Amino acid sequence: MSARTHMPVGMEAIQERGRLRAHKYLLLRRASQLLFLAVFLLGPWCGIWIVQGTLAGSLTLGVLPLTDPLILMQSAIAGHWPEWTALIGGVIVLAAYALIGGRVYCSWVCPINPVTDAANWVHRRLDLPKGWQPKRSTRLWVLATVLIVSGTTGVIAWELVNPITMLHRGLIFGAGFVWAMIIAIFVFDLFVARHGWCGHICPVGAFYGLIGAKGLLRVSAANRTACDDCMDCYAVCPENQVISPALKGKPGSTPLILSPDCTTCVRCIDVCAVDVFKFTHRFDDKVAAPTDPVPAPDPRAARPI
Amino acid sequence: MPSEGTPLSPQRRRFLQDAARASGGCVVAGSLLAWLARDARALPAEALRPPGALPEKEFLSACIRCGLCVRDCPYDTLKLAELGVDAVATGTPYFTARDVPCEMCDDIPCVAACPTGALDPALDNIDDAKMGVAVLVDQENCLNFLGLRCDVCYRVCPVIDEAITLETAHNERSGHHAMFIPTVHADHCTGCGMCEKSCVLPEAAIKVLPARLARGSSADHYRKGWEEKEAKGGPLVEGLIDLPDRLPGPGTDNLAAPGGFAPTYDLLGVGQ
Repeated sequence: MSARTHMPVGMEAIQERGRLRAHKYLLLRRASQLLFLAVFLLGPWCGIWIVQGTLAGSLTLGVLPLTDPLILMQSAIAGHWPEWTALIGGVIVLAAYALIGGRVYCSWVCPINPVTDAANWVHRRLDLPKGWQPKRSTRLWVLATVLIVSGTTGVIAWELVNPITMLHRGLIFGAGFVWAMIIAIFVFDLFVARHGWCGHICPVGAFYGLIGAKGLLRVSAANRTACDDCMDCYAVCPENQVISPALKGKPGSTPLILSPDCTTCVRCIDVCAVDVFKFTHRFDDKVAAPTDPVPAPDPRAARPI
Repeated sequence: MPSEGTPLSPQRRRFLQDAARASGGCVVAGSLLAWLARDARALPAEALRPPGALPEKEFLSACIRCGLCVRDCPYDTLKLAELGVDAVATGTPYFTARDVPCEMCDDIPCVAACPTGALDPALDNIDDAKMGVAVLVDQENCLNFLGLRCDVCYRVCPVIDEAITLETAHNERSGHHAMFIPTVHADHCTGCGMCEKSCVLPEAAIKVLPARLARGSSADHYRKGWEEKEAKGGPLVEGLIDLPDRLPGPGTDNLAAPGGFAPTYDLLGVGQ
């Protein structure tokens, strides 16, 4: 391992592009998360009623119903066929995320994401061991369990513990002891399992991963020939198993990150000093030709640090 | 068992191990979740669901905890249960009659707002709502039962003279007054909680309870003889002779003691 892997993650990108531009997508993402929270909070806090309700179910401008499709699915399995309003809302959400890419929800909307991102940031700073790393399929098992328990108990099971809707509802209607749950998730991600909650456990993420598996919005390692193996993208990526097939694929393989696990958080674009990654759609599988006809020099030799 | 020379593949072993481990974990996690689900059904007696709410078991399969009913409640009666604060299933809507009762809006905005049907859209007349049943739980402290004229629960009842009536009774204590007993008629009571909210005592003597606590139920095979007889217009058994009832007091057919009850009634065959 070279000393360069011990440089702070993203340092080269900051030197290359400046602090602001090296955090462009992170800032955009935080803005998006805030925006989604703000439209829900404007009503109860400022009396401006654009959106009523919570992420579980809402009504925008008094006409557009939106419903969490996973909750509806549990409800149907638990034995209640929802009314049309909820069904239409669920179909709209389902269609939107199936089209865009499901886990965009995880990184651009979900209010738990800043919590686990913060835990991961501290985790990186403290250089802690990655801890318990259950298999990536764990969340699918959890999802199956949640659906089975909904069926056997007749209760929408995940809503008994779902920190996403609890935090969101807590901010809008009153939190109770939700903060304890949020601290628990933070500590879990910090000390027990790196990327533990969002990356391994959360069945909501698993669900959106499944419905958005063929989503249009994708990240492409189009300029992968320029990669200097600094590993910064692996360090920031919450699902870093998705990078290798695209970045390190054999010549001729697609540079698109097609794994449904990818949350499209695009931190990889931010931290890459040599602009390997770009935001694109799933049909854009062009690989940029090396700009220099001479093979790129070995980066380890090129930068004697 | 495999024969010699055909070793099982390590992938197969790995797969079986992983699957066993994952299912084991899921059984543990699922059991915990199921225990929570069971726990969630224990709705406290003082927590009332909004009008039109499905029975609690179905309600928890239908309510997505979005809070739209709370938003459309014009009197801020409804609130969402907070985690660890209210003993109601987290995020589900309820109200406490003693704090803010249901004002029984004619257009039932909470039911109209519910996207899933957890609040049954078939409820189109608020008078048909069954949020609970008022019960005069403390006859010893109720002012009307003490012979006073409080009547507040009766006066505030939105279904006055149907859900709560005042039934007169003799006041044994004073000997010459009437008592006006507030009497709930469960068929008409919506469980709105106005009576409980308005009870003047520091702790309400009339409370709205969920029907499961407030009501008994009659056995299926029970028939009220007098109702059946009236419906039929005659005795239920053909040829039955309807003997006159022997009642004490004047004007009856009590021939043994005309004009009143015989104090020394002589039981046949019993030596006295």
